Amino acid sequence: MSGSVFTGYTGGLIWGLGGGLVIAIATLFGVWWERKVAGRIQMRLGPQTTGPFGLLQTVADMVKLLLKEDITPTQADAPVFRVAPLIVFVPIAMAVTVIPFAAGWAPLDTSVGMLFFLAVPSVSVIGILMAGWSSGNSYATLGGLRGAAQMISYELPRTLSVLSVVLLAGSLRPVEVMEAWRWWFIPLNGIGFLVYFISSVAECNRGPFDIPEAESELVAGYFADYSGIRWAIFMMSEYGGVIAASLFGAALFLGGWAWAPGLFGTAIFLLLTVVLVTAMIWIKWTFPRMRMDQLMNTAWKVLTPMALLQIAIIGVVIAWL
Amino acid sequence: MALEVESREEIVDERGNEVSELVINVGPSHPSTHGVCRVITHLDGEIVTKAEPVIGYLHRGIEKMAENRTYLQIVPLTDRLDYVGSMYSNWAYCRAVERLAGIRVPERAEYLRVIVCEMQRIASHMMSLGSAAGDTGAATMFIYAFDERERIVELFEELCGARLTYNYVRPGGVSYDTPEDWFDTLLEFTRKHRTALHEMDRLFFGNVIARGRMKGIGVLSAADAVGWGASGPVARGSGVNWDLRKHDSYSVYPRFDFDVPTGSNGDAYDRARCRLFECFESCRIIEQAVAQIGEGPFKAEGAPRLLKPRPGEAYDHIESARGSLGVYIVSDGSERPYRVKFRSPAFCNLALLPLLAQGHTLSDLVVILGSLDPVFGEVDR
Repeated sequence: MSGSVFTGYTGGLIWGLGGGLVIAIATLFGVWWERKVAGRIQMRLGPQTTGPFGLLQTVADMVKLLLKEDITPTQADAPVFRVAPLIVFVPIAMAVTVIPFAAGWAPLDTSVGMLFFLAVPSVSVIGILMAGWSSGNSYATLGGLRGAAQMISYELPRTLSVLSVVLLAGSLRPVEVMEAWRWWFIPLNGIGFLVYFISSVAECNRGPFDIPEAESELVAGYFADYSGIRWAIFMMSEYGGVIAASLFGAALFLGGWAWAPGLFGTAIFLLLTVVLVTAMIWIKWTFPRMRMDQLMNTAWKVLTPMALLQIAIIGVVIAWL
Repeated sequence: MALEVESREEIVDERGNEVSELVINVGPSHPSTHGVCRVITHLDGEIVTKAEPVIGYLHRGIEKMAENRTYLQIVPLTDRLDYVGSMYSNWAYCRAVERLAGIRVPERAEYLRVIVCEMQRIASHMMSLGSAAGDTGAATMFIYAFDERERIVELFEELCGARLTYNYVRPGGVSYDTPEDWFDTLLEFTRKHRTALHEMDRLFFGNVIARGRMKGIGVLSAADAVGWGASGPVARGSGVNWDLRKHDSYSVYPRFDFDVPTGSNGDAYDRARCRLFECFESCRIIEQAVAQIGEGPFKAEGAPRLLKPRPGEAYDHIESARGSLGVYIVSDGSERPYRVKFRSPAFCNLALLPLLAQGHTLSDLVVILGSLDPVFGEVDR
């Protein structure tokens, strides 16, 4: 795709908007799916009357959120407060663009794709801090600070876990990693996958790591003062994070399209993604929330050593290959 | 009382640096304050240096209102005290009135009172466990517990038409006899409830995160529990074996074989787990009571509609889901009491919050508050 409108600045614009759209649509389904799965877990039915299987419930919610008043608290630092949701959302939408969706094709095929996926969504930490601080609300400030501490801590085990795949495949370009992917990566990367999955849940601020928003302690944490569409953008970022992390995990750790040729492979890839998303929902609705210090201990004393162990294992195996 | 709160207070740490302490209001409208409790919380980072509960947001002056009503008209007021355990307030009040007026209660009524109060204990504990789990973020346990509570509320609705404020126990008996097949439904419930309790025990109390969140949090020593007047599961969680059903043996409780579960560590986990085990014991009591209950009147015959007890005073207490619930009535010989005073266990238990929360994190504060199981209708009265 060299030299076309799909590269350079125009390409970035097109793929960025595309990523945003994908996230927005995927969020609509993600919220519906979460409600359904959570309903089943809790012996309920979930949404069922709005549209077939309650599919239109999230659409109706979106309309409601769009029509709601967009409130900026008087105590808030208005410009920072207003721009914060976008700073949380945009990097997550950008991250989707480097995911290898089909054989030899990723929307943004770059030689540092792996690094891009890990680094760019981290920018949203700044948005969370901005939202928390600019609200002029103690709860929001606490939530923002918690969020920053948590996301930066979990950055490390997550990056290390992805590193083991990079070592095995010998490339940072997602498309090449996928081409080098073999089925025995799964058992070999078992620990790495576990670390990646847990730290992704924490990166997305999902339960049992939803400490920054902890509705029973901090009411809603960093976005406590947001309403209407800005609040919806925060929710979209959360689901976007979940979907992006699941896509990336399904590709790198579970093989994605490498299981079958052509569109069939992409279908398997998307199916694996849904499995991971469902697992995240399952975890959230089963487990209680951890405490801040327990969360940090998990990151530094459990997950990071596990990820290092995984890299050591890969290091030994590579010498044999 | 300082109701205006400075949001930041300059304090000096041990090295002489000026650090600021964050003061936040938890409540009165907050998801985890179990009603309208307000806790002025001083935070050093995430650590609670001081937690000061401010009560009174649900004060309706029930004790004063009672002075202007006849003895029978006060029963609906007592419903509004402990609104997740109305049967207890009804019963405690009625026991005091019966003592004052010298009314003998028929045996069937006593059995019915025991049955509904043990059901109420399960319902109340389910509410408490569910919301304690909700405080730690376990939404599914919350729903499971409320589902169990719903079964009891349905049975109560069948029995007396109300789901929350029952007005069921009256001076001299109860308001209605049981509907047909009600006991069968009840026994089916207790059977299923045991399974549900085991399931909840595994789902929540066996969970490593829940244990991490609740073990060692808000430790109350047995001496403090006694010294601060704690009762109910809050005291029993600390190993204080104090249960009025055993130690005062009121009503027909001596006829039942049941145990009093006690904890050993006095932390939030033991308090919550005590409640879970009490539900098993309540099931046992209900089953024995249903087996023993005989036919007969459910109201004292010949008791006057308008009570005019002789001048004097009476105190009686029962073991509610939250602890020792006492009622003190002074009569001046008229149809209205001169004074009615409630000794509410939730109020005494809530007083422990500053003691227990100090040094824990903000996340633990809501867990501790949940483990004390305050009901603000009863705290504020």
